[in-house]
Amino acid sequence: MSLSSQKNLLEVNNLRVNFRTPDGFVTAVNDLNFTLAQGETLGIVGESGSGKSQTAFALMGLLAGNGIIEGEARFNEQNILTLNEKAMNRIRSKEIAMIFQDPMTSLNPYMKVGKQLMEVLMLHKGMSKAEAFEASVKMLDAVKMPEARKRMNMYPHEFSGGMRQRVMIAMALLCQPKLLIADEPTTALDVTVQAQILTLLNELKDDFNTSIIMITHDLGVVAGLCDKVLVMYAGQTMEYGTAEDVFYRPTHPYTQGLLKAIPRLDGNDEKLSTIPGNPPNLLHMPSGCPFQARCEFARERCGESMPELKEFAPGQLRACHKSVDGWVA
Amino acid sequence: MNTSNNVLMEVNNLKVHFNIKSDNAWPWEKGQALKAVDGVNLTIYAGETLGVVGESGCGKSTLARALLRLVPITEGNVVWLGQDLTDLDKKQMRSKRQELQMIFQDPLASLDPRMTVGDIIAEPLRTFRPELSKEAVKAEVRAIMDRVGLLPNVINRYPHEFSGGQCQRIGIARALILKPKLVVCDEPVSALDVSIQAQVVNLLKELQAEMGLSLVFIAHDLSVVKHISDRVLVMYLGNAVELASKRALYENPQHPYTKALLSAVPVPDPRVERGKKIQLLTGDLPSPINPPSGCVFRTRCPHANEGCAQQKPTLQVLSNEHQAACSRLADIA
Repeated sequence: MSLSSQKNLLEVNNLRVNFRTPDGFVTAVNDLNFTLAQGETLGIVGESGSGKSQTAFALMGLLAGNGIIEGEARFNEQNILTLNEKAMNRIRSKEIAMIFQDPMTSLNPYMKVGKQLMEVLMLHKGMSKAEAFEASVKMLDAVKMPEARKRMNMYPHEFSGGMRQRVMIAMALLCQPKLLIADEPTTALDVTVQAQILTLLNELKDDFNTSIIMITHDLGVVAGLCDKVLVMYAGQTMEYGTAEDVFYRPTHPYTQGLLKAIPRLDGNDEKLSTIPGNPPNLLHMPSGCPFQARCEFARERCGESMPELKEFAPGQLRACHKSVDGWVA
Repeated sequence: MNTSNNVLMEVNNLKVHFNIKSDNAWPWEKGQALKAVDGVNLTIYAGETLGVVGESGCGKSTLARALLRLVPITEGNVVWLGQDLTDLDKKQMRSKRQELQMIFQDPLASLDPRMTVGDIIAEPLRTFRPELSKEAVKAEVRAIMDRVGLLPNVINRYPHEFSGGQCQRIGIARALILKPKLVVCDEPVSALDVSIQAQVVNLLKELQAEMGLSLVFIAHDLSVVKHISDRVLVMYLGNAVELASKRALYENPQHPYTKALLSAVPVPDPRVERGKKIQLLTGDLPSPINPPSGCVFRTRCPHANEGCAQQKPTLQVLSNEHQAACSRLADIA
């Protein structure tokens, strides 16, 4: 994936996340590679257990204690996976910020929203209290929070879900980070609120030229926001390409199946095509391709070895033994 | 389908209000009424699927529970095959539950963790048909397990050994073993992954066709509801705002809230999604303890005028398959 002409903001090379559990090692993320240019939006799509959230946690240095990271993630030429806590704290929020899935639990319930926002600025930018207050109000205005000044003095429980997510987004953007990692930012929200938040993220992308990694299981969200899409399954990358390629010319059987399994508002109401079976248990991974058991095209080879992630058209990669046109005998 | 002789259930002016007391109220103080469902009328026909959509807090789950009398009904009634369910005592109601079953949202939490799959599915049979022999119960359990796609060798396992999709199949088997006439599904697929969701939706559709079931399908995902429903009810803050056949609702929505809701659903198609115009709603859902006067949607409605604050609109019949509750329909069309 070294076809980057522009300078990459983030380069992830062979990222692997293992967890030591009482039942043995679990590989949550397996040899993940991708690059992200400034201003670009990457969507990481997958079902639960595909390793998409653990990728985000690994990049932010927030893995659980039993997590082991291998590989490297170069952010501005610096490998952020080997940084110590102190150095990482300087980068977090200032250079890379994250929006979490659950806006209900990711704010401190004991602290007024204003204080939580100001803390970021006072710590990273050395602002005075008064400066930080004004800057926070401005940012709340920017994320379209009504009565921002009044709300600075309120506690998180006084906010609705959508409003709390706005606070999270405002907090993430306070230091104008170069990279924003959004882990299912709208999953807990209603569709009309989701539409507000996505519109907001699209505007912020244009205004601040922020790079975004959007982690989601909702392909509709990806379609509206992302330039590139990475499809994960059981910790492996199945397909990677531009949004147009992945949505209109999906080549991996998993991506194809996933796109067909979604009921669509603009589609007909024929029987949904399904992917049979269940995702594999990460503790007992089958040898070879993790998708083989559910794949209609699977052949003997698929059980023997994991297909390599290969570029088959400019900018589009896939990991499948079957060639794009079908099996070559 | 809309002939009066195959009406299963009629809901008349149904209201469910909860009495909410603030934490620092005195014991003799009266609480305020939270109007979870505030005057809903609808009819459910045999063999159809009625989808109920709306955002969180709109009262769709409370409505579902009220249909089965799982929450106390404040006002109005639910008529099941000519009999008013609100008149029945506990014992009579219990015997009616054979015909009215429910599938819950959280597949794992709705199964008793200390019972095996076989026991869970057999429990309704043991309750309602105690005359059946052990072998007969077992045979029925095996038959329904086979039908919903559970392997016979899992009969002695416990719920925690299953994935979400399989737990939902167990829940479906339990609901269907008594061959009910109406099954209320409260967000049955919203906790499932896309590929599993499609499996469960297809299963429900197949079973409905085979057994001639009526389904009330509650969901917040408008695409899923479109897929499975014959008619759709849209709710907002405890009120029905639009009720129409699927085609009429999705192709020609009338109520401003329905329009905004439909435009907000993301479509997995980059060109469509980037080109479309979303009607963003401003503000938040008002509190159901203190709903706006008149039309409950007026505080967020782009077309609201003074008249909307005066009188609460009721569902008006627009065509034989379309009803909407908005006093300004003629002006905004």
